[in-house]
Amino acid sequence: MELKDKLISSFLAFEEGLDPDSNLDSLRNEAIKDFENLGFPNKKDENWKYTSLNSVLKHDYSVFPKKEDAIEYRDIKKYLIHDIDTYDLVFIDGIFSSHLSQTTHDNIDVCLMSSALNKDKYRPVIDNYYNKIAPKSGLNSLNTAFAREGAYIHIHKNKLTDKPIQIINFATGNESSLLLQPRNLVVVDENSHVQIIERHQSLTDHPVLTNSVTEIFADRRAIVDYYKIQNDNSAASLIDNTYIEQKDESNVSVHTFSFGGKLTRNNLNFYQKGERIDSTMKGVTIIEDKQHVDHNTLVHHIQPNCESHQDYKGIFGDSSTGVFNGKVVVEKEAQKINAYQSNNNILADDKATINSKPQLEIFADDVKCSHGCTIGQLDEEALFYLQSRGIPRKEARGLMMYAFANNVLESVKIPEVKKRINKLIASKLEVDLGFNL
Amino acid sequence: MLKIKNLHASIEGKEILKGINLEINPGEVHAIMGPNGSGKSTLSSVIAGREEYEMTDGEIIFEGEDLNDMDPEVRAHKGVFLSFQYPVEIPGVSVTNFIKTAINANRKAHGKEDMPANEMLKVIREKSEMLEIDRKFLSRSLNEGFSGGEKKRNEIFQMAMLEPKLSILDETDSGLDIDALKIVANGVNKLRTENNAVMLITHYQRLLNYIVPDFVHVLVDGKIVKSGGKELAHELEERGYDWVKEGAV
Repeated sequence: MELKDKLISSFLAFEEGLDPDSNLDSLRNEAIKDFENLGFPNKKDENWKYTSLNSVLKHDYSVFPKKEDAIEYRDIKKYLIHDIDTYDLVFIDGIFSSHLSQTTHDNIDVCLMSSALNKDKYRPVIDNYYNKIAPKSGLNSLNTAFAREGAYIHIHKNKLTDKPIQIINFATGNESSLLLQPRNLVVVDENSHVQIIERHQSLTDHPVLTNSVTEIFADRRAIVDYYKIQNDNSAASLIDNTYIEQKDESNVSVHTFSFGGKLTRNNLNFYQKGERIDSTMKGVTIIEDKQHVDHNTLVHHIQPNCESHQDYKGIFGDSSTGVFNGKVVVEKEAQKINAYQSNNNILADDKATINSKPQLEIFADDVKCSHGCTIGQLDEEALFYLQSRGIPRKEARGLMMYAFANNVLESVKIPEVKKRINKLIASKLEVDLGFNL
Repeated sequence: MLKIKNLHASIEGKEILKGINLEINPGEVHAIMGPNGSGKSTLSSVIAGREEYEMTDGEIIFEGEDLNDMDPEVRAHKGVFLSFQYPVEIPGVSVTNFIKTAINANRKAHGKEDMPANEMLKVIREKSEMLEIDRKFLSRSLNEGFSGGEKKRNEIFQMAMLEPKLSILDETDSGLDIDALKIVANGVNKLRTENNAVMLITHYQRLLNYIVPDFVHVLVDGKIVKSGGKELAHELEERGYDWVKEGAV
């Protein structure tokens, strides 16, 4: 049976296991119908022209993990940013692991989506924000139909979170192949600030497909810094669907570090619903073998006097493939906006491929929009310069690629995250660093 | 130290060097002068091992070894240093980290451990003070946004750090004002010992007032047409290159 049909027929059994009074009942029913109509995206869809899901959809994924696997902290410590104090939301095969997590309800809510969905206390927030900006699409609808767990983060008005929040989804080898559908909601009220680190990590060689949906709401003058670390093994694939709505003078940045995984697709969408908003998207992609990473971004400038910054860098080795599709829409009312987009790529091998496509749709007449895209090899003159100082060619190449990728890190605000990414970049490029740049 | 015999080299099939003979011994300073396009920079590039240039005939023997088949980094490990006429900008790598990487790569090639961090800092401080280099400068990205003078001073700083046997200074005086020129020349002079040698490539005599050469060679159309002592440089300054060119025919 095809995965789509299997999922649709599994839905009935899934629903039976849920609380029948759940206020998401009708939402789920509607979503599964939408999924039935829309299905998985295919290459005929302009947005999926360069990314085929065929190879990841062929597996017979288990939709309901049977039990939580016992994982000890020492087994997963290395996947966490553990040298600083953080709130942690750890999920194993889609199920919350209380002994590995640290939640809070002290001025802020950092807890489980499952409890937020079922407790009346959270009802107003869920009613206001849940599934409000994720548009109808096959993947979003599939997630909405099945999602029951994930991170629920609500930062109340005028609160500054005292430490970053980590959301980590582990997949274990309990099922031969596993489909995970985490659902995260982040609501940041006026004048509040939060830093979030998200990671998906498979601990098994069995195929894992994660179809994640995250909705983020940044109210007036809120600041959100979101870091996505994607360094999964070669049997794991990730489709990350993230939607961000911003109000006046809010500032949201999303950094996406894509260093591994079989197939990674990042759908990152910003909707600017206010003035003087700042939206930042940065990404570093370093992949090899036959890996595939696709960044599909959208910034929707709806109101005047806003800014958006996009800076994506990629290094593609072996026969890996990359896609950057950056769409900027500037509505007629959105005058005096400044939209900047840059995508620079190095093809380190002859067989590597990158498809880079900026898409600008500008309906306002008094705006600054710039975009630039480069695809190239390393500069031979610079390599000779380094070699002439005694640095062997291989290291010289590594050093130059490291420097190329590393300047995206300047805007990372958590030093430990910066350090970690620094090290990941160095190890991906096989650069032996006797220093930190 | 360096013996160049009948060196012919070409780029993209065009012959630039047409039979160079040159011998440099430890402790000596040689100036290579000549008009634009005579092959001065090609000569320095060929010795340092730039790949685009093809050696079609002759040999370059350095410390008894043929450099011809050695990669540029191996030549550097043997003690060849080229101060670039146009140093390359490398965004994202600071001067300090670059020099640390280079020093340790050279030590590794000689089977030595990395230089301890405190020693590295000490040497960097000493050498940068000698060249009157601001410490802030050391944390900037290599050559990025540097003025012409800063780039050249940075080249000599690298030379001071790497302590090569043979330093080839390619048009190090271009882009320098007189104060910077004095600092750079002073640095080069301080680094001179009886065991190392300097090859100065220059268009003008000006630099040679500060770094006094033992020998001056005039390169015209890919050949050394005249060699002499430091007084030859003065003569060239006064009479231009035309009179030596005529002699070359």
